[in-house]
Amino acid sequence: MTTILFIEQVLNGLQFGVMLFLMAAGLTLVFGVMGLINLAHGALYMVGAFAAASVAAATGSFLLGLIASLAAAAMAGAIVEIVVIRRLYRRDHLDQVLATFALILIFSEGTRWLFGSFPLYLDIPEALSGPVTLPGGIDYPLYRLFIIAVGLAVAGFLFWLIARTRLGIRIRAGEADREMIAALGVDISKLYTLVFALGAALAGMAGALVGAIQSVEVGMGEPVLILAFVTIIIGGIGSIKGAFVGALLVGLIDTLGRTLLPIAFGTVMEASAATTVGSALASMLIYILMAGVLIARPQGLFGAAA
Amino acid sequence: MRRETIINAGLAAGLLAIPLWAHVTGEIFTITLATRVAILALAAVGLNLALGLGGLVSFGHAAYFGLGGYAMGILAFHAQTYDPIFTWPFVFEGTKQMLVIWAVALVASGLAAALIGMLTLHTSGAYFIMATLAFGQMFYYLFVSWPKYGGEDGMAIYVRNDFPGLNTLDPIQLFVICYALLMAGLFVSWRIARSPFGLALQAARQNAERVETVGIRPFRIRLAAFVISGMITGLAGALMADLNRFVGPTMFSWHTSGEIMVLVILGGVARLYGPVAGAALFVLLEHWLGGVSDYWLAFVGALLLLVVLFARGGLIGSLAGREVAHD
Amino acid sequence: MTVLRSLLAGTCALALAAGAQASDLKVGFLSTLSGGGAGLGVDIRDGFLLALGEAGADDVEVVVEDTQRKPEVAVQVADEFIQREEVDVLTGIVFSNIALAVVPSAVNQGKFYISPNAGPSQLAGRGCHENYFNVAWQNDAMHEAAGAHANDAGYESAFIMAPNYPAGQDGLTGFKRFYEGEVVSEVYTRLGQTDYAAEIAQIRASDADVAYFFLPGGMGISFLKQYADAGVDIPLIGPGFSFDQTILPAVGDAAAGVRNTSEWSPDLDTAANAAFVESFRAAYDRTPSMYAAQGYDAAQLLLSAMETADVSDADAFREALRAAEFESVRGAFRFAANQHPIQDIYVREVVERDGVWTNVVVGPSLQDHSDVYGADCDL
Repeated sequence: MTTILFIEQVLNGLQFGVMLFLMAAGLTLVFGVMGLINLAHGALYMVGAFAAASVAAATGSFLLGLIASLAAAAMAGAIVEIVVIRRLYRRDHLDQVLATFALILIFSEGTRWLFGSFPLYLDIPEALSGPVTLPGGIDYPLYRLFIIAVGLAVAGFLFWLIARTRLGIRIRAGEADREMIAALGVDISKLYTLVFALGAALAGMAGALVGAIQSVEVGMGEPVLILAFVTIIIGGIGSIKGAFVGALLVGLIDTLGRTLLPIAFGTVMEASAATTVGSALASMLIYILMAGVLIARPQGLFGAAA
Repeated sequence: MRRETIINAGLAAGLLAIPLWAHVTGEIFTITLATRVAILALAAVGLNLALGLGGLVSFGHAAYFGLGGYAMGILAFHAQTYDPIFTWPFVFEGTKQMLVIWAVALVASGLAAALIGMLTLHTSGAYFIMATLAFGQMFYYLFVSWPKYGGEDGMAIYVRNDFPGLNTLDPIQLFVICYALLMAGLFVSWRIARSPFGLALQAARQNAERVETVGIRPFRIRLAAFVISGMITGLAGALMADLNRFVGPTMFSWHTSGEIMVLVILGGVARLYGPVAGAALFVLLEHWLGGVSDYWLAFVGALLLLVVLFARGGLIGSLAGREVAHD
Repeated sequence: MTVLRSLLAGTCALALAAGAQASDLKVGFLSTLSGGGAGLGVDIRDGFLLALGEAGADDVEVVVEDTQRKPEVAVQVADEFIQREEVDVLTGIVFSNIALAVVPSAVNQGKFYISPNAGPSQLAGRGCHENYFNVAWQNDAMHEAAGAHANDAGYESAFIMAPNYPAGQDGLTGFKRFYEGEVVSEVYTRLGQTDYAAEIAQIRASDADVAYFFLPGGMGISFLKQYADAGVDIPLIGPGFSFDQTILPAVGDAAAGVRNTSEWSPDLDTAANAAFVESFRAAYDRTPSMYAAQGYDAAQLLLSAMETADVSDADAFREALRAAEFESVRGAFRFAANQHPIQDIYVREVVERDGVWTNVVVGPSLQDHSDVYGADCDL
């Protein structure tokens, strides 16, 4: 494998990683502040992609679509929080898992009822389409660089939000001691709705960004959701930093494993067997990583000790 | 007699009587549905042991369900092709004997549960849920990308496996086998709930520190319960494979884990007959709503949401009152 | 008492036979109508029902049920059709793995199965059955035609790629069966994979003359969009599945000009096809896909058999199906000995027509094509 191909794959891994981070950040925030496991997070990703695709189709503007994805997912998140999720904070994890599993069914079928069974069209905006040549002669799609940049910017924004703003202080206080900040006069239920909507908006934006290079269809959020879970287990549930490191790890290992493993096996066995074994092992690689983390550090890389 | 005991007896009798009546009137499909209820109920009985008694919210029970199914698929496939599974260190032939298949299914799912349990039971709460979920997905990907056993396509087994003295192709006889195993599973879980082991397990759920102070290690108790739970679900997987004459990797998917969990909840967590009530309700809903609308899963979702939010005891809980039975 | 009962039974049977003059027939239609891949099942169903509606076939009763793309659910639905609904014919399945789970047991119980889409090799070769008819194609057909097209176009080296599952492996084998150039790389991706950046980088680095890929459904949409954006100048070819009317609107200009192979195209120049496309558009307000065309043909085949035989006489009905006396929307159509099609496969090109992305026929790729598995079939 040439160096150029390798660097290209590293970039691909990075891009996949920052997308996962947008998903994982919402999950981990909601868990950290409210102690809630939200399986329906993938449904919000789907909502974002569908909103972006329909608004972009109606207006012809990708930017408006992106804004719509944020707004629609945040709104869907806020509504779901007020109607359903709010009743679940005091419940055990089992109830949370089930109720949010039920929400997935409702969201998926509802979207199918509204938009039909066929995938929607969402394209990369003209200004960001096509490849650019990077130093070293690497042709790389501009849009993927854009995704990496957006992801890093959002990560920076989140770190700033949590560390430096009033809302961030409340979020951190909420993570540390829920009763106390309620007693201090913070409107806790408003804070919860806000955090949930923020997580939802991030997921929705991820859906819209990815929707432009993938297929916008019902059920698109589920594979990403599982990967996001793996990410926050590795990084440590509740930790934004953990979600960031975990997402990059998962993105890089998955992408590089997919290309490198079949090549590695090719040196010791016959080509078609090597591709099969290599691809099979590559698809399990991140779960093996997760198992390793669970053995060595059950609370995840950046999780607070349980 | 307590009200829940009456409901339980009614469920057990009803699940037996309906297919027998259907057999007499020739409604073969009703028997097939009842067999499905019995098998799904058995899978949920397994999960209920970990979930209800132990408080271990496993979102990866599809792994054991699938392993049980593939135990049947792989053994029957090799028997179908007269090709031994392995020849070293000893020759291991495929088989069409249900009893052997069940034994292999129990061992395979038990081993997997022991392994996954050892890795995940150190964690708790959300970590445990997500870790079991992710391990289930790992098995899913393993079997999807294993071409020898059908990969994504799965395997169709053309002839149902044999049980000594019975004709398993006859729907009512297959039903009787599944019903008997369901009753055995219920008996096991009833005994466990009353045994010192079961009491320690429940105590560990309620207050792990207190259990530790009396010299019991919650980890070992939980691991034992987790393994037994996985084995029962694995057995159900083998039966489901035989009912369908088909195994495929979707048995491992996280939707399957979710569905098994839904059965437990719909019926009532930690209720002895909760899984039976839940499975019966689920199969009925699937059957009725599936005919009403293409979007029937949305209705199942709505119902599930209502049960979780407002009727926490599930079907049995709403009928029998709130407290959990100990009889 | 026994005498009375058998007398009664006799009368009932007579009454039924009398009623059956109009050759009543019950069809169990099971397909993927919800969740991922539902678009394909919906199109098959709509095409199938359209043909029945046009024929005014009120003597055909159709029971429709969803399989959710799950083989185990499909098996239960088939059980219900056979045990409770007592259907005569089953049809509708989209995916090969589901067909493999349902078909062998259904045909062994004496039911007819007409496949409007999936054509796994197992059922074309050793596992063929006198009651199993495939009105679409054997799975390899489009891949083989693509291999032949790659030869005709003068491509000397190819990069080939498919998901790592049986249909993917069969697809690449089918391509290689006809392709005479050099295969520089053969890559298997994960089923359901949505990001192909890694593979696209490999294609770019391979410097092949052409890249052949088989990625059905959403996977194909993702790949095409990403490939177009990566600015790789290696031309693509693919089987018709990846360029179908159910997905082209979602791909848009990313697929413009790509050549693909299929037994049907909306602009295929036959009278039956023009009428079909027009009435499908009128009825459902969208351009039909290949799946819709296959569903339509499945119903036409069934109707043609009903004209000459009654389903209660299985042997006569089977002969009538085998004759395939109907005007297929794809033109010439007949069954090979293994009851799979002998038909032409065309090369199509993706173009925009009246604001809709669709396919136009470029020319034939393989003529009177049938599959290689028939040799193993004992029919």
